[in-house]
Amino acid sequence: MALVKLTNVAKRYGSVAVVHAINLDIADGEFVVLVGPSGCGKSTTLRMIAGLEEISGGEIRIGDRVVNDLPPRERNISMVFQNYALYPHMTVRENLGFSLHIAKRPKAEIATAVDAAAEILSLTPLLDRKPGQLSGGQRQRVAMGRAIVRHPEVFLFDEPLSNLDAKLRTQMRVEIKRLHQKVGATVVYVTHDQVEAMTLADRIVIMRDGHIVQIGTPLEVFERPLNTFVGTFIGSPPMNLVAATVRGDSVVLTDGTTLPVPPGHAVQDGQAVELGIRADNMMPEGHAMPPTPHMAYVDMAVSLTEPLGTETLLFASLSGAEVQAKMLNPRPVRAGERMRFGIALDKCHLFDAATGATLRV
Amino acid sequence: MASNATHRLRRRMLATGHFIGLFLAMTVICLPGLWVILNSFRPTVEIMAKPAIWIPHELNLEHYTAMFGGAGEGGVPVITYFRNSLIISLTSTLIALLIGMAGGYAFARYRFRHKSLIFVALMVTRAVPGIALSLPIFILFGRIGIIDTHFGLILVYVAMNVPFTIWLIDGFFRQVPKELAEAAEIDGCTRWQAFWKVEFPVARAGIASAGIFAFLTSWNEYALASQLTRSVRSKTMPVGLLDFTSQFTLDWGGMCALAVLMIIPAALLTFLVQKHLIAGLTFGGVKG
Repeated sequence: MALVKLTNVAKRYGSVAVVHAINLDIADGEFVVLVGPSGCGKSTTLRMIAGLEEISGGEIRIGDRVVNDLPPRERNISMVFQNYALYPHMTVRENLGFSLHIAKRPKAEIATAVDAAAEILSLTPLLDRKPGQLSGGQRQRVAMGRAIVRHPEVFLFDEPLSNLDAKLRTQMRVEIKRLHQKVGATVVYVTHDQVEAMTLADRIVIMRDGHIVQIGTPLEVFERPLNTFVGTFIGSPPMNLVAATVRGDSVVLTDGTTLPVPPGHAVQDGQAVELGIRADNMMPEGHAMPPTPHMAYVDMAVSLTEPLGTETLLFASLSGAEVQAKMLNPRPVRAGERMRFGIALDKCHLFDAATGATLRV
Repeated sequence: MASNATHRLRRRMLATGHFIGLFLAMTVICLPGLWVILNSFRPTVEIMAKPAIWIPHELNLEHYTAMFGGAGEGGVPVITYFRNSLIISLTSTLIALLIGMAGGYAFARYRFRHKSLIFVALMVTRAVPGIALSLPIFILFGRIGIIDTHFGLILVYVAMNVPFTIWLIDGFFRQVPKELAEAAEIDGCTRWQAFWKVEFPVARAGIASAGIFAFLTSWNEYALASQLTRSVRSKTMPVGLLDFTSQFTLDWGGMCALAVLMIIPAALLTFLVQKHLIAGLTFGGVKG
């Protein structure tokens, strides 16, 4: 187990910068998830930590060593790849024991370690099969087993669940979390799926265009997004954004709807802003949680409904922007039906329209 | 029920048609080979008979005993030719494979300057007919004195086979995901170990098929070998076939007997690695 420290780490291909001087401290035993849209540099960052990609600038430390120039094998890390990268010509047993075999450990020790890992991941009945004879979920478990067999200081996961179907993904997500609790090692996990990020991470690192946009615990990034990008990226469905202008202590939407400025924001008169409202904080009357003191109400016509069982998502238009609202204890709703929605303003966000940065203080 | 029966009938007719078609095709392909084998076992009179005798009246080993016999009795130095062929083919195949693996791997994995140009240039060398090069090669080899040596022929065959092995092996390495080598490196391998312990075994089938093709090319090559070999020092079996021609006669039976001896090792080798060969040639198809 070890801490991982990135200082001004950058990656350039020729004149194209893929990762711009990022700084990141990962504590011993912490589960950190790098998340962002494709092409944001998260995988490249992970591969630089692994040593599969040379770094163009900065410094990477694992434990108390600077590993900039160390090959992957000397970094004491394990990595789980998106396509699992199991050795197709070896059995599951050989796959699991490969790293120990390369390290020339005694046969008995390898057998014990392989059996232990197989036990943890319930792979014991599959030990003599080849990867080609396994299902996707089983391959995934073998890949994880191969990672834990050698007790590395740091685990690296590169979108390990994206090749699995939705049900299996949820299941493996829980297994990964359980595994982390059991082994307690430092984990760096890359995904583009914000649900995975929220559910697994101790801390989430949100990246865009080679920059780190925000670092925080899942609740921090959910409740206090630094800008519209984080606001719309984290949380499902994405945060609704509605253009507005500040007039005194009100925000006026483009269609004239006037709402009070959400508490906790510093705004200037006349400032162009975007009002961020999550679906969870905009609910039709009679189907909402108990109202808070900062409620505002708007009338909207529902254009589309998405029933999810315990709740229904309602699509409507607010001042020209399509927004989604959540209906608890749902009843059937016709398209076109007008409803009164309560907005919990104390949970809403104001962002500067020009920069997208939060105006929260 | 009725439609079931017609369906079954049609299936059976299709299968029969399929069989007949394959049989005809295989006949066309195999007949010359069978004719060679047949002729090697029967007297010259029967070989030359017109109209052709399809069912042999008499089979014997005369041509074989004569071939292995003394110089006066129609014998040729078969063993020496065989040894020359084997040394030249095996060595050139081995070298072509090593270079092919290095080159194919480089083309499949690394980015370097003028990569596609170099690749195309390598392939273009295959467009030049070997025989067109025979005179320049003959003159060059004459100057440096490597005519009628194993070395000279090995050099030519390596040059002939390398573009092909590079091309073939490049294709096979391209199909091996590069994450395999990366996973191996993370598991503690050096770059070199990752290649030999993971990438090479995974691409082995393809490399084996490249090896077979290279071997067969060298083993069967006649045009250049006939120019560059003079004596028993380096003559290969295809060139040795010419020993059966003299000014006025052609010993067809002897020629066929030597041809059979040539076919045996090639056929054996192909059988031995046939599983690899097929796996190699259909590599792309079987990967899920």
